[in-house]
Parts: sequence; C-alpha cells; structure tokens
Amino acid sequence: MITMQDVCKTYKVSKRDAGFSSAFKALFHKEYELIHALDGVSFTIRDGEMVGYIGPNGAGKSSTIKILSGILTPEEGTCLIDGLTPWKNRIEHVKNIGVVFGQRTQLWWDVPVLDSFELLKEIYRIDAHAYRRNLEQLTDMLGLSGLLQTPTRQLSLGQRMRCEIAASLLHDPKILFLDEPTIGLDAVSKLAVRDFILRLNAEKKTTVILTTHDMQDIEALTSRIILIGRGHILLDGNLTDIKEGFASTDEGLASFYQSHNL
Amino acid sequence: MKLYGKFFMIHLKSIMQYKTSFLLSCLGQFLVSFNLFLGIYFMFRRFSQVEGFTYSEVLLCCGITLLEFSLAEAFARGFDTFGSIVSRGEFDRILVRPRNEIFQVLGSRIELSRIGRVLQAIVMFIYGIRASHIHWTLTKAAAVALMLLGGAVVFSGFFVIYASICFFTIEGLEFMNIFTDGAREYGKYPVSIYGKKVLQLCTFVIPYALIQYYPLLYLLDTGEAYYALLPLAACLFMLPCLVLWKIGVRHYVSSGS
Repeated sequence: MITMQDVCKTYKVSKRDAGFSSAFKALFHKEYELIHALDGVSFTIRDGEMVGYIGPNGAGKSSTIKILSGILTPEEGTCLIDGLTPWKNRIEHVKNIGVVFGQRTQLWWDVPVLDSFELLKEIYRIDAHAYRRNLEQLTDMLGLSGLLQTPTRQLSLGQRMRCEIAASLLHDPKILFLDEPTIGLDAVSKLAVRDFILRLNAEKKTTVILTTHDMQDIEALTSRIILIGRGHILLDGNLTDIKEGFASTDEGLASFYQSHNL
Repeated sequence: MKLYGKFFMIHLKSIMQYKTSFLLSCLGQFLVSFNLFLGIYFMFRRFSQVEGFTYSEVLLCCGITLLEFSLAEAFARGFDTFGSIVSRGEFDRILVRPRNEIFQVLGSRIELSRIGRVLQAIVMFIYGIRASHIHWTLTKAAAVALMLLGGAVVFSGFFVIYASICFFTIEGLEFMNIFTDGAREYGKYPVSIYGKKVLQLCTFVIPYALIQYYPLLYLLDTGEAYYALLPLAACLFMLPCLVLWKIGVRHYVSSGS
C-alpha cells in the first residue's frame, strides 16, 4: 500500500540570460527561481495494482518517483509505503522496491551482465537459493540466455533494457518503479517488455508504477492512470476518461494538456 | 567486507578489458611521481640539509606522504570524483540500494592505476630507509603502518569534504586542490620547515603534521614515543568530515532525467 499525502517539492533553479556579461554578473549575484515540482500531491495505490503515471515533460513525474524510492526528501507532506517513510527508513524501504531508470544503466559497463548480477546479489544479500531461482525465472521470462556472458557495453538497447529489468527484480521486490522503460526501444523489444510486465504483475502480484510518454504502453498495461501537470494531480482515473470522443489516446491526451494550459 | 571484495573484483575485471590503457596510465602515474623525486634530488645537490633533515630523511618523508596520498586516491576515489557520480545519476542508484551510501561510494570507484604511484612511493621509501641508517624495530614498523593508515584517512577526509560540497554547488571546487594535491606537494618535506605557524596550523586544525612530521621524528629517534600514536588522533579528523557529508546527503537534489 502506497499513500502520498500533500507532498510538496521545490527546486531552486539559478537563472541568467545568455551571454558573457550576464555570466560574469552571475559570478557575484545569482538570481534564483523557485520551481514547484510537486505542489500538494496525494494518491493511494493498493498492493498489486498497476498504475500509469503520466504528464508532460517537467510535470513532476520523476520527482514523484524519486520521492517514492527514497532518493529525494520533500519539504512537506507525508508518504507511507508499507508503513515506512522512504526518506527516513531508506535502507529498510529500498529492500522492497526495484527501480528501473530507462535512460540510465545500473549495470557495470565493462563486465559481463552476470558479474553485475552477482554483485547485486551481494548488495541485496539475496540468499543463494532464491538468487538461482529468480535468475532462472527472469532469464526464461525475458529471454536473457546468451546475453548474460556479454559485457554490458556490447548489448543493444533492447537487450540492455531487458537486463536492466532483470537486475531490478533479482531481490523479489514488492513494488517496481519503471521510469520510461520503453524509451528508444524497437517494436519487438517494446512488446517483450510489456508482456513481461503484465506477466510479472499477474504471477507475482508486484505493484507496478510506470511513467512513460508512450500511450501504447499505458493502453497495454494499465487501467488506472494518474495524470500530473505543473505539480498538481489533474486526473486520477481511467484511460477512457481521456480517450473518450477522440480517435486515439494521444489526441485525447494532447487536447487534455491544451485545455489545462500545460 | 565480502561486498567490498566483490566491488574490487568488478573493477579488476573492468580494467582487464583495457590492459594497454591500464599499463600506460600506471606508467604515467609512476613518471609523474618521479618528478617529485627529481625535485628533491636537485634541491639536495645544492644543499646538504633542510632545517636539520638530510636527503635520505626527506626522501623517507616524501615516500610516506606519497604512499598515504596514493592509498587515499586509489580507495577513496569515489569521493574525489563525486561530482561526476552525481551528474551521471549514479548517486540516485546508490540511494535505491539497501546499503550504506558511504560504503557504496567507496566501492563505486577503485582507481587501480594508482598502483604506479604507489610503486614510486615504495621505491623512494625503501631508498630512504636504506640511506637514513634508522635502527629498525618492530614498533617502528608499526609506527609506519599507523602513519599510512592515518594519512590515508586524513586525505580521504578531504575527499569527503570535497564530495559534501558537491551537494551544494559544483562550481569553484578547484580550491579544494590546495588541501589535497597541494598537501601532497608540500608534504614531501617535513612540515616543520615551513615555520612554526604552519606547524601549529597543521597540528591542531588540519592534522597533516600528525601523519607526517611527528611520527617521522619518532622514526628518526628524535621524538617522544607517543608521537608514534599521533596518526590515530589524526583519524578523528574524519568525524567532522562525515558530519558534513550527512548534512550534504540530506540536501541532495538529484540531477534531471
């Protein structure tokens, strides 16, 4: 169970005009602008639910994921995940979650994937039996056999993403955060990743929270969407709420963004 | 400890992928440090001693300081290059893993090419020992071990301070080099030659003298016996550094993605 209540997160962003003279001025006096990345965000997600978290660029999606996974500390608000506050009980909390950042790798670049997995086994203190079982299962479900002996840098993006997902699930987390897991993937890899997430949710009852810009991901995976814009939750409901009356979800979403001036 | 072994193996395996590059950077490290030695050598061609320290004694001092610094650089490299860890989002990854973040930062960068510098330091060290006619005992060997430990901790402390500042700003961090690279350069001579004021500063504020000058006096039989234990006191320097680090982690704002 995940509950977030009135969470606010503000960033201080220094700003200056382009050009040398303003760069010089900025040396002595800096102007800051406060960006309200999250402004009173509240929602509840039940165990085993699969939720699409969407919104335009800079809406606060990543900030929310980072707060939920214990990376960032918000200024205000409460957040409880299975009874733990992520930024206060970080170590206890992160044992139960898996995080995939689509744009960044967590695998060691120059060594075979399996070496990275072995290190993760040590980091998460996974016992040998559970590790072998999970590895077999994930290898099977994600089609990793043949990839595990390859150094990460030689994998294609699609292959790497499948390994990333496996790496985040070796320790059997109850909650999986996926931050744009299909970004840049070809059609085959996208489908493979989607199928896997569906199976994972069905078989292991893993709670999945997914951020993406790909509406097909959302259509394929989730019934519930939470839509955030400028730090506010604008919609917590069904995909049909947006799609209704439009030819495609993308069009519906675009008109929704426009009507809210996003 | 087992986990650290695993981290170490990963770095070792990564390096094996680029053997030539590794060997060349080791050689580079060795030659750069060789400059230090040449500097001292030419200096002593003109003067037979500096503030009462002879050529071989200075070499001994220089070897130890360099060894301390190289150890810190090899094993606390994660803090030394912390800016890049933050900007590449690696620190986010560290925070979503159920281990102490300091330990993970240590494990994320182990700079094995520093072995080149360590070798150079050992050469100078051995030459210094051979030439300085020190009567070696077991306690003196232990004192050297303490110096290496204390020195590595103090230099690592500076890297930790550097890393902590990265949480607040990533500009203007070059001044920290005064304390790290600067200390290595000046550290080739016993601190006392820079005068009494510097010696006091390096005793009570920044504990350089505790890892270098005082234990060196003990090795040369001109200091008190308790001087040998001062490097342990220098380790206390790490405490305020870690406090600063903790404050920094709380202020962490991740980089965008």
